[in-house]
Amino acid sequence: MSIDTETARKVAHLARIRVEEADLPALAGELSNILTFMEQLNEVDVSEVEPMTSVTPMRLKRRADVVTDGDMQDKVLSNAPDAREGFFAVPKVVE
Amino acid sequence: MLDLTFENPKPKVIAGALHDWELVIGMEIHAQVSSNAKLFSGASTGFGAEPNSHVAFVDCAMPGMLPVINEFCIEQAVRTGLGLKAAINLRSAFDRKNYFYPDLPQGYQISQLYHPIVGEGEVLVEMGPGVARLVRIERIHLEQDAGKSIHDMDPNSSFVDFNRTGVALMEIVSRPDIRGPEEAAAYVTKLRQILRYLGTCDGNMQNGNLRADVNVSVCRPGQYERYQATQDFSHLGTRCEIKNMNSMRFIQAAIDYEARRQIAILEDGGSVAQETRLYDPDRNETRSMRSKEEAHDYRYFPDPDLLPLEIEQAWVDGIAATMPELPDAKKARFMGDFGLTDYDANVLTAELDAAGFFEEVAKGRDGKQAANWVINELFGRLNKEGLAIEASPISAAQLGGILDLMAKGEISGKMAKDLFEIVWTEGGDPAEVAAARGMKQVTDTGAIEAAVDEIIAANPAQVEKAKANPKLAGWFVGQVIKATGGKAAPATVNELVNRKLGL
Repeated sequence: MSIDTETARKVAHLARIRVEEADLPALAGELSNILTFMEQLNEVDVSEVEPMTSVTPMRLKRRADVVTDGDMQDKVLSNAPDAREGFFAVPKVVE
Repeated sequence: MLDLTFENPKPKVIAGALHDWELVIGMEIHAQVSSNAKLFSGASTGFGAEPNSHVAFVDCAMPGMLPVINEFCIEQAVRTGLGLKAAINLRSAFDRKNYFYPDLPQGYQISQLYHPIVGEGEVLVEMGPGVARLVRIERIHLEQDAGKSIHDMDPNSSFVDFNRTGVALMEIVSRPDIRGPEEAAAYVTKLRQILRYLGTCDGNMQNGNLRADVNVSVCRPGQYERYQATQDFSHLGTRCEIKNMNSMRFIQAAIDYEARRQIAILEDGGSVAQETRLYDPDRNETRSMRSKEEAHDYRYFPDPDLLPLEIEQAWVDGIAATMPELPDAKKARFMGDFGLTDYDANVLTAELDAAGFFEEVAKGRDGKQAANWVINELFGRLNKEGLAIEASPISAAQLGGILDLMAKGEISGKMAKDLFEIVWTEGGDPAEVAAARGMKQVTDTGAIEAAVDEIIAANPAQVEKAKANPKLAGWFVGQVIKATGGKAAPATVNELVNRKLGL
């Protein structure tokens, strides 16, 4: 599968990464190479193999339904470029 | 056993300019899981707190923070699945749904696209006695809620609160089995009732704890039957999804508007574009959410922070063993054991607390009479005062006590209503209150007979009229009861009056 510059532009936009117009062709080429390699892997028949989800046999860790966290508005907001009245303030989003 | 023989309701038909159209509706209900802490963090789920005070570092996506699943939320999803007679998947997994929005600090929502925890189930939606739609459930998955944006606090900024971010939601997805706006509302009502019985979601729509996305399409009569026979969607029209509604009234209005909009396009020779729309209750219309269109490329992939969720059959069986009696079973039992009508049984099982109250009153007493008193007197009075059943000033035992006095013939129906009023406002044991106030109907035939004789002797003209028209005998009954200060038992008076007048 090959990625054209238009697709590269779209993917960059979806990921909110700014890519200069001049860099798009090179990026498209790199993405194409990665996908080509993936296609090569597809040649291996894995229909009988269960997907590996972890290198060690572990069970998903769980927590009890107890409130143990929160109540730290100051810390949560401390990195915000703009915080007012306990809220994060962001550029107006209009639906 | 439940009697599951019912007739399907007729689909809603809208007459277009050219011909008739039918509606096809599928719903996605987002139900907030009742839990203390969030799905993947230890922060509180409490509503109405200071902004950003119920936020852990995981919830605001600080670097290096990892999600750890809340076991109770898994249990609640399983319980909900069992309540909808659904298949429970012992192995499910979490995926990332990627999009950018200010209320989503992670830049993705953790959800379950490929392997949901609950599979196919069903909900029986009654539309009247013996008329019901069996709506198939496709799946239920667990996912995170997003934060809340407030747009009217500042002219240039939106304010964001992450208190709701990461709270567990169950997304309950139906098949397109719903055929009209009223059915859609009835489906949400029934689902909400089941969730509340199960205790897995409080169903508070005003607070947004139960919200609906509605998929609407229209088709020509006959097309839907072809879809049901083949499960091939190509027989159906193109659907539009109306997002995020939290009122039964809006759901119905939005479906009606949207169907008519689509019909107008189709009859004009156009085609419906599959898109996400928003319902505007102020203008009663749906509008395209253009911003959502390109964001629809969610690039789902398995969440590398979370192992697959594996649960054991024995654990599921343990939950199954603690399932409460559900609305359909309770209603059938109320009709069978207490001889209630379909209508009364519906009213009394709508809310679990009310059903429990009724059952306590009805136990060992006349079920129909208990139903009448709970529905007419108690519910009527609670509604008037704007009180919930839990806040009823009169307990089930007190109401039962009033019914006992009536059953023993010690007080009349009229006295019982007065006694209800007194116990409602002042409290106390009904038998003691009645005794203290001299509320006791006279059933002594001798005393009543004397009163009847007196009234008859004093009103010869009325006697003649009543003999000509027996309906007028009621006037004598009223006079006698009045003469005895309201204490004469109406049944006894009635009998004596009829006998004395030779009716």
